[in-house]
Amino acid sequence: MFEAIAFYLFAALTITMFTITVMTSQALYAITAMAAGMIFISAFFFILGADFLGAIQIIVYTGAVMALYAFGMMFFDTTRDVVEKRTNPQIVFVLGVLAAVMVVAIFVAPIVSNNIQALYPIQEGVGNSQAVGMVLFTKYLVPFELAAVMLLVAMIGGIVLAGKKMDKSLTLMKEEEIGLMDDTFEPKAGGH
Amino acid sequence: MEVTLNHYLVLSTILFAIGLVGVMRRKNLLMLFFATEILLNATNIAFAAISHYIGDLSGQMFAFFIIAIAASEVAIGLGLLIVWFKRTGKIDLDQMNSMRG
Repeated sequence: MFEAIAFYLFAALTITMFTITVMTSQALYAITAMAAGMIFISAFFFILGADFLGAIQIIVYTGAVMALYAFGMMFFDTTRDVVEKRTNPQIVFVLGVLAAVMVVAIFVAPIVSNNIQALYPIQEGVGNSQAVGMVLFTKYLVPFELAAVMLLVAMIGGIVLAGKKMDKSLTLMKEEEIGLMDDTFEPKAGGH
Repeated sequence: MEVTLNHYLVLSTILFAIGLVGVMRRKNLLMLFFATEILLNATNIAFAAISHYIGDLSGQMFAFFIIAIAASEVAIGLGLLIVWFKRTGKIDLDQMNSMRG
């Protein structure tokens, strides 16, 4: 009963927030509605018993990703209205419905076929975080390490692209200019 | 009033459709990134729901990896976007035709 109430409440809230994100013409409204929607989605994870996933959702999405977006928006002119693409709304509608039906088919097909087996069943008497840790560090260790390397690459890429010396773009300069810049930059680095 | 797996899948599909509409109607690249995040979150809900109703932890594992991918996508994407904005002063998709594609 309470599960159903919570589900419908958070479903309505999430759909509303994401509709605002998609439909609004102001970037600040979009980012705030987006952050709210992310937190509401974590409620579904808590309802479903995936406590660790819900905590990760709040920490990573609303903590890191949304903060990164807010940081990135400082570079852009967010006060002006966002210009929209003028496409045929019927084409958009038909394509959206087709893709959504395809997604349903993808997710429902294994259940309809009904021969699915739990490879790593949820053990009794073990908390969600502990179970996740046991599966993640045994069966999914290699993907976990690959994800770690991927995050490291992304971090280095982000630093190189948007890092220090924001007024000079390292990607637009020739090698000699970069070497020259390092020589001239060092003495007054403190006052920059 | 029992919430079944289909409820969650329908919700996930609705959110996915919202994200698709956003991807198709937005021209600002930052807004396009927001729509991409909505798509990823919709699939996360579906994974977590299937994981719960089948009693298998693999769905949650895939959701974790999707979150990791989303985080690295944001880092790289925003870096590229900032570089592009410094070059041209615009982040509209229609102006990105330097390769005459």
